[in-house]
Amino acid sequence: MIISVASGKGGTGKTTVAVNLALSIGNIQFLDCDVEEPNAHIFLNPKIEKIESFEILHPIIDESKCNLCGKCGKICEFHAIAVMPKKVIIFEELCHGCGGCALICPQKAITEKSKELGIIRIGRCINDIEFLDGVLNLGQAHASPLIRQVKKTAAQIKNKNQQITIIDAPPGTSCPVINTVKETDFCILVTEPTPFGLNDLILAVETVKKLNIPFCVVINRFDIGDNKVEKYCKDENIPILMKIPFSKEIALSYSEGIPIVEKYPEYKKIFYDLFENIIKRVNVNIQ
Amino acid sequence: MKQLLIISGKGGTGKTVLTAAFAALAKNKVMVDCDVDASDLYLLLHPIIKETHDFMGEKKSFINQEKCIKCGKCFFLCRFDAVKSIKKHNGNLEKIIIDDISCEGCGVCVWNCPVNAIDFKKAVSGQWYISDTKYGPFVHAKLGIGEENSGELVTMVKNQAKNLAKSNKCDLIIIDGPPGIGCPVIASLSEVDRSLIVTEPTLSGLHDAERIINVANHFGAEVKLVINKYDLNINMSTKIEEFCKKNNIPLIGKIKFDAGIIEAIVNGKTIIEYNKTEVKEEIIKIWEKFGE
Repeated sequence: MIISVASGKGGTGKTTVAVNLALSIGNIQFLDCDVEEPNAHIFLNPKIEKIESFEILHPIIDESKCNLCGKCGKICEFHAIAVMPKKVIIFEELCHGCGGCALICPQKAITEKSKELGIIRIGRCINDIEFLDGVLNLGQAHASPLIRQVKKTAAQIKNKNQQITIIDAPPGTSCPVINTVKETDFCILVTEPTPFGLNDLILAVETVKKLNIPFCVVINRFDIGDNKVEKYCKDENIPILMKIPFSKEIALSYSEGIPIVEKYPEYKKIFYDLFENIIKRVNVNIQ
Repeated sequence: MKQLLIISGKGGTGKTVLTAAFAALAKNKVMVDCDVDASDLYLLLHPIIKETHDFMGEKKSFINQEKCIKCGKCFFLCRFDAVKSIKKHNGNLEKIIIDDISCEGCGVCVWNCPVNAIDFKKAVSGQWYISDTKYGPFVHAKLGIGEENSGELVTMVKNQAKNLAKSNKCDLIIIDGPPGIGCPVIASLSEVDRSLIVTEPTLSGLHDAERIINVANHFGAEVKLVINKYDLNINMSTKIEEFCKKNNIPLIGKIKFDAGIIEAIVNGKTIIEYNKTEVKEEIIKIWEKFGE
């Protein structure tokens, strides 16, 4: 079973919930798919055993073969190729690596070279957690292909004893989030009780509904702000499966990269209860 | 014309609260919300929408099942695993479809289909708005749920803001940026004169700030930094200060944790309008150093 942890708004506590849930269950796979700003490693402190480079292909033009016919520039949907009167210019940062230009070139003047988009780190941490995250290289725009690769790699190396995978998602509701959350069995939406939290929760709910994924809400810092998130969940029949209070102690341990369950072991049961509650809702058999 | 951007790398550090405060303090400017998939600035600026426009996103491929001969060429050419085969109960191929979530809209399958069975269509994937607020004109947008091309929509709202600034003779654009370092952030950084990085005194905040500073430098924007909620971990704040010193990044302010900020948001007000906070003076000072 795969549980994803998402939120419309950033900074509501996705990583906190994902990490503490993982530590409370144990013997699982953990994926950080927030490849633009991955933070879970700060809390889980994995021993990285393997780093895989993730590359996409970019075109290179052999000027001695190119007759400036312009076909490559015309078909490139991403405006990554400009055919000038005397030369063809490639804008690598716009290229998605689809290979269309190399296929269409009648002069066979286009070959492709690979360029690293980011890396995938694979390692292990305490409580028998297998850890994977993606790290997008600085200056690269396209997070989604790397996210898909993190999930693919995780599925390939997963062993039979790991029945649970937990995925920490990026913020927002656009393509990186969709690519992370799709094909997961359950999604935890973490929010905070403020108008910003509510606004972005409503968007996140629309997103998971569109993907047809069962979900619940966890309210972080539930005792500050207002009660409109709770009212919204009640009106929409959305289960709130956990509420975490605001406390300077929790904020402090977060700031130092210490998981809540490590500093306050009584939370282990609360997170494990959340897990059991989710299993009941998904109706799967876990031994 | 000067473009100022507020970004953070990490989400939830206080970008929007600061942008709204700057909106209340700055004169003769246009505001833009570039967080087009989870925009919140409107909750504090209370815009009156004057114009609504559809945003046409990228094209997507669709297989016309009546024409498809199931040759599988598209399956082998697609580099985004967007072409999926649907099998019948007996294991035989029933049909080939395109998963529109994985489709990046490159068109390779369309041009290479031997029987022209693949349509390539644009669809409305969001809206953008030009609004009035009591602090001046405001350009914002709403990307459809799960849509791609947030970068293109960001570029669209920024261009609109530029035109609006020109026609209204404003010499300043204040931009609320998205979290992360990927395509919408890179689009937000384009043509920006100065970025303010809002961080918090946590290991995650520092880790993410380092990454976004690198990206901002890469695209040539001048960078300044503030620490929000600095007193939640004074040691970590000191580490961030040392980091700034070492990297020659001007640290232009430290904002205390103040529950009044949350009250102000709950009341839909900017920090400047809301009198029950202790941090207003500090934010005014930050604006003087950032907006100079």
